[in-house]
Amino acid sequence: MGMTLAEKILASASGREEVQGGDLVIAQVDVMMAPEGTGPLAIKQMLTLREKPARPERTILFIDHAAPSPTRQTANAHMFLRKFTKESGARLSEVGDGVCHQRIVESYISPGEIYIGADSHSCTVGALGAFGTGMGSTDVGVAMALGKTWLRVPDTFRIEVTGDLPSGVYAKDLMLHVIGRLGADGATYKSLEFGGETIDRLSLSSRLTMCNMAVEAGAKTGLMEPDEKVKRYLAERGRPEKFKRIQPDEDARYEQVIDIDATGLEPLIASPHTVDNVKTIEEMEGTPIQQVFIGTCTNGRVEDLGIAASILKGKKRHPDTRLIVTPASRDVYLEALREGLLETFVEAGASIMGPGCGACMGVHEGVLGDGESCLSTQNRNFRGRMGNPDAFIYLSSPATAAASAIKGEITDPREVI
Amino acid sequence: MVTVKGKAWMFGDSISTDLITPGRYFHLRENLPELAKHVLEDARPEFAANVKKGDVIVAGKNFGLGSSREHAAQVIKLAGVSAILAKSFARIFYRNAINIGIPVLECDTSQIEEGDELEIELEEGIVRNLTKGIELRTSPMPAVMLSILAEGGLIPYIKKHGDLPVGGR
Repeated sequence: MGMTLAEKILASASGREEVQGGDLVIAQVDVMMAPEGTGPLAIKQMLTLREKPARPERTILFIDHAAPSPTRQTANAHMFLRKFTKESGARLSEVGDGVCHQRIVESYISPGEIYIGADSHSCTVGALGAFGTGMGSTDVGVAMALGKTWLRVPDTFRIEVTGDLPSGVYAKDLMLHVIGRLGADGATYKSLEFGGETIDRLSLSSRLTMCNMAVEAGAKTGLMEPDEKVKRYLAERGRPEKFKRIQPDEDARYEQVIDIDATGLEPLIASPHTVDNVKTIEEMEGTPIQQVFIGTCTNGRVEDLGIAASILKGKKRHPDTRLIVTPASRDVYLEALREGLLETFVEAGASIMGPGCGACMGVHEGVLGDGESCLSTQNRNFRGRMGNPDAFIYLSSPATAAASAIKGEITDPREVI
Repeated sequence: MVTVKGKAWMFGDSISTDLITPGRYFHLRENLPELAKHVLEDARPEFAANVKKGDVIVAGKNFGLGSSREHAAQVIKLAGVSAILAKSFARIFYRNAINIGIPVLECDTSQIEEGDELEIELEEGIVRNLTKGIELRTSPMPAVMLSILAEGGLIPYIKKHGDLPVGGR
C-alpha cells in the first residue's frame, strides 16, 4: 500500500518499512522547542525524569512571545530559560531573534525531520517537508528528556490546488478558503497534504503561511513536498547537505481529496471570533478598523512586508487607524531594513516593533481597547486573543491589511494595486 | 478506575484556550494557583469562584481549540473539575488533559443541563445523569489514553513503566 507524506516521514522516524494512518509509533524527535509561555513548565516536567535534555543541541528555548518582557513575572520566566540553557547546553533564542517557528525554519529544521513544539503553530515547518506538530508542555518535556515521542499516524486529506491565484489574492486567502471549507474542526487529527501546480509555483514564504495555519482546521500537521525551492533555501541558509526529496506514493491512501481551483478565489477575511468564519472582501468592505497589525509566524516575512510596503509606498495610514509592523525574525528585519521596506512603513505612519510574536497573543505591543477592531495578518482571531475579550479581530493577507490601513476600514486590495 | 460525581457546568461550542486561560494573564503562567482564579473567565465569569470539587465541565464541539498551552488543562484540574464532557475536543487539548490526568470524554451532551448531577464511570465510559434519570454512553477512549490516565498522567506513567506508553503496532 502506498504512503502519504506524513506516513513516509513517520515510517522513517520510527524505523519502520511502512506505517498507515491509525498506527501508534515511537518517533525520534529531531528538534524540540518551547517558548517562554510553555517552556518553564516543559523544563520542570523534563526535570522530573532527567537532569539534562537527551539532545541539548536540538533542544531550543525561545524568548519571543513577550519579548522584551512587559512584566516582572515574565522577566523572571525569561531568566529561568536563560539559566536552564546555560546549565544544560540547550540553545536559547533571545529577545529580538524572532518568532520560534520562523527561527526554526531559518536555522534548524530540514526535510523529513520531526519537530515537536510547545506551541500550536509548530506545523509551520511542513512547508519544508518536515513533520511538525504542536504539543503541550508535558509532551515536549518528555521529548526533551527521552529524545522521542509517541504519535498516532494521522490519516491524510490531500488538498490539490490548480490554476493561478488572481492578482490581489495570496496564499493567506487560499488558506482561509481551505479553513472556511473544512471548518475549525474539519481536519482534527488529520495531516493536510498540499499539492498541485499552484502550490508548486508558490514561494517558500507563501507555503509557510499555509502550513502555519493547518492547525486552524484542527489538523495535526500540514505538509508539502520539498522541491527545488526548498533545496535552494537550505543552501542559502548554509545547510545544503540537509536537502532530501520526499514524495507521497502515487497509490497513497487519502481519506479525502479536496480540489481547489485558485483562479476563482477572492481576497478573504476571517471574521470574529473563529478562524473558520470566513467572508469575502465584498461582505466585509467598509468595516471600520482602529488597528492594523502586520507580522507573525503566519505573515511576517520579507515577502509579506514587501507586498504591504508596495501598497503603502508614498501613502499614509488613516488618521484613526494605527499601524503596527513586526518582522518575524532578526534576519527578516535586517533584509527589510536593507530593502528600504521599514522606511516606507515609518513614512506611512507605522510603528515598527522588534522581531517576535508582537501583538498576536495579547500580551504586549498592541493590546486592543474595549469595542475596538483590529485587522491582523496573524493566524487566530479568538475572543480575547489580543488581550481584550471585548475587542474584535479580523484576519487577512498583508495586502488587504495594508490597503485597509490607508482607508481606515476593511478594503479590497485590488483597488490599490 | 474511579467513578466521579459532580454538578454540570454548561459551555457552548469552540471554547478556545484563549477563553480558558487568556493571554492577558500570561504573567501568571508560572503561578498556576493564581492563574486558576481566572479559569474560563471570558466564557463564564462566575465559574472560577463557584466551581466545587468534583464538578464537571459539559461543552459542545471542539473544546480547547487553539494554543497548545497546557496551562489550560492544568488550571481546570486545579479548580477541582473532575472530568470534561464535550461533543468533541481539539487534538492538543485532549492529549494535554490526559497527560496531566484529567479525564476527557466525548459524548452527546445535549441531554445534560446546567446543574444536573452527573456520575461518570470513567473506564466503562458511562455517564449517569442522576437529575434526569438517564444514562449516556461516551465514545470509547483509545487504549493508550486509558493507560496513561490510569497512572494519573504521562510523567507518572513513565516513572512506573520506564518508557513511553506505546511501542509496536
